[in-house]
Amino acid sequence: MTITTTDTAVSPAAADPLKLTRRTMPDWITWALGAAAVGLGVLVKAVQGNWALGAFYAGLFFIATVTAASWRLEDRRRAKDRFATSIVYTAFVLAIVPLVSILGYTIKKGFEELSPYFLSHSMRGVGPRDDTGGIYHAIVGTLEQVGLAALIAVPLGLLTAIYLVEYGRGRLARSITFFVDVMTGIPSIVAGLFVYSFWIMTLGFEASGFAGSLALMILMLPTVVRATEEMLKLVPNELREASLALGIPKWRTILKVVLPTAMGGIITGVMLAVARVIGETAPLLLLVGLTQSINTNPFSGWQSSIPLYVFEQNHAGNQFSGDRAWAGALTLIIIVMVLNLVARLIARWKAPKAGR
Amino acid sequence: MSTSITPESRGDAKRDSGRRRGRSDKTGHGTDAKLPKPAKTQVRLGDRVFLGSSRGAGILLLVIMAAIAVFLVVEALDALGKNDGNFLTDSTWVTDGAKPAFGVAGLVGGTVISAAIAMLIAVPVAVGVALFITHYAPRRVAQTLGYIVDLLAAVPSVVFGLWGLVFLSPKLIGLHTWLSDYLGWIPIFDKDDAGATARTLFTCGIILAIMVLPIIAAVTREVFLQVPRAHEEAALALGATRWEMIRTAVLPFGKPGIISASMLGLGRALGETIAVAMVLSSSQELVFKFLDPGGNTIAANIANQFGESNELGRGALIASGLVLFFLTLLVNGAARVVINRHKEFSGANA
Repeated sequence: MTITTTDTAVSPAAADPLKLTRRTMPDWITWALGAAAVGLGVLVKAVQGNWALGAFYAGLFFIATVTAASWRLEDRRRAKDRFATSIVYTAFVLAIVPLVSILGYTIKKGFEELSPYFLSHSMRGVGPRDDTGGIYHAIVGTLEQVGLAALIAVPLGLLTAIYLVEYGRGRLARSITFFVDVMTGIPSIVAGLFVYSFWIMTLGFEASGFAGSLALMILMLPTVVRATEEMLKLVPNELREASLALGIPKWRTILKVVLPTAMGGIITGVMLAVARVIGETAPLLLLVGLTQSINTNPFSGWQSSIPLYVFEQNHAGNQFSGDRAWAGALTLIIIVMVLNLVARLIARWKAPKAGR
Repeated sequence: MSTSITPESRGDAKRDSGRRRGRSDKTGHGTDAKLPKPAKTQVRLGDRVFLGSSRGAGILLLVIMAAIAVFLVVEALDALGKNDGNFLTDSTWVTDGAKPAFGVAGLVGGTVISAAIAMLIAVPVAVGVALFITHYAPRRVAQTLGYIVDLLAAVPSVVFGLWGLVFLSPKLIGLHTWLSDYLGWIPIFDKDDAGATARTLFTCGIILAIMVLPIIAAVTREVFLQVPRAHEEAALALGATRWEMIRTAVLPFGKPGIISASMLGLGRALGETIAVAMVLSSSQELVFKFLDPGGNTIAANIANQFGESNELGRGALIASGLVLFFLTLLVNGAARVVINRHKEFSGANA
């Protein structure tokens, strides 16, 4: 929105025939300084053998020289502006570098081990010197735990959001809204501790996949409520009024008009919530026990899960466990990224035409 | 309805409809009282069931929140009663034997130091990223770039931990040495153990910074998008450069948003467990020299100790978890207060 208007204000190429604007620095100087900075970076890398150091010096050199050149050729205000621009671009690069590094490194390390064999075998009977074993038991655990968590959290979250948007006014609705916010901020380990003290210490159940689901449910719930609430608010009131005016009771209006209209966004919100909890390790560490064999029953006996598997294999520290940890991490990242991308695509296809 | 829905107009529409619906409910009631129809009662039943179940879901959510506080407090008090040390000022963690003594001073110290380092790095970068996406990037690719930054938030923390341990921390040894060489005269930058690994609170702070950066950037971006365009254009029309426009129009408007976004990020950094547990080479004492290995955070300590603890040990860990719970509650509550005072940008999409 704002970009188009701001572009002309700083673009050095915008020469004014009436000479109303001040002298601007020609573009080629910026390019030349950029090339010099890259050259310096390569040189530092050649001498010191460190890419990070090279990039650091190159960036520093570029920011300093561009600012200095602009100060000399233009004026102080332009120099400040160019300095700010370089800093903002640098910030963005700084944010992207770790993402690329994490994804790249995980893919590189994980592909060595990731195979159909890895995905279809458990760790049962795998000794510390064996190059066998896989992640199947962890995948089963994760699917069941997250599935159960979603099974509880989604209806509960949907109903809460419906209450907040369609019915809720007054003190109850306000306190629910407040505590949904509070719930968003609960650290996952605290959710795990709560389920431990409630489900295992007080009610006396054993550690199981379902105990893990309960903690994941607490972490999912506020996300689902928030996403659904936002989507329901986007449904135009004219639709509700049209339906009510036809004499249709309110609950049928909500079920048949409001929810279907918002369905795309709700599905997106639920998928993002699932993607968030699928990588949770901390509560599961306290709640599901840990096993090397396949256990398909989430209600009795210990289970594993993919993030827990990564944590455990990294901890084991024998010859092959490191590779298995990376392959597990890659599996997890692939699942999370696919969920995220599909959720965004659904959001884009199904979005009500709402600008931005 | 206009094509672009700003949160304000959404809020207005909601309030409006609420009033309207409230009124229609009342009139419905009035006619009902005059002309009772048998068909109406059937309709009412469906509505009552639906209202009841949705209100019930909301109340259940409140019950869960209350239960979290109650159960943690009960279990924690149980363990604290058997504590021989001072829970708030000690930094030992002995939970077996005749004289169990445990305290959270060292843990709270480590938690606060690592989160503070994370904030110092993440907040300026996140504000830069938000500015880049809203005011510098070409408009056509800006949204996509925003998604890419959001992807960083989707990386599971266990992967951050693995990457931080195997890839990042060896690379940071040089930075540790450099910092202690040149800034060593400041006590906290002093490094006792020259050849040690980089599994330190400082490294944890950097990893936490990367983890909370997308959260802060997302909320800040939302705020920057809501700066009144008239303000920006007025600044530009007066001859301001782009930076002057940002300094005079965007940043003052966005300041409460930046503060609350940072506090949301801080809440996340305080509670992060697995990445810290994997990267930090921990110790129980209170560590201020964050370039040396050692120190610990509340959450990481729970993850590390829980498996090997006895009943009392787990109670003690729950007590420390309660401290973390209140700490994050405080920070998040403050963030929400700031956000709610400026209702137009709730951090809901973060």
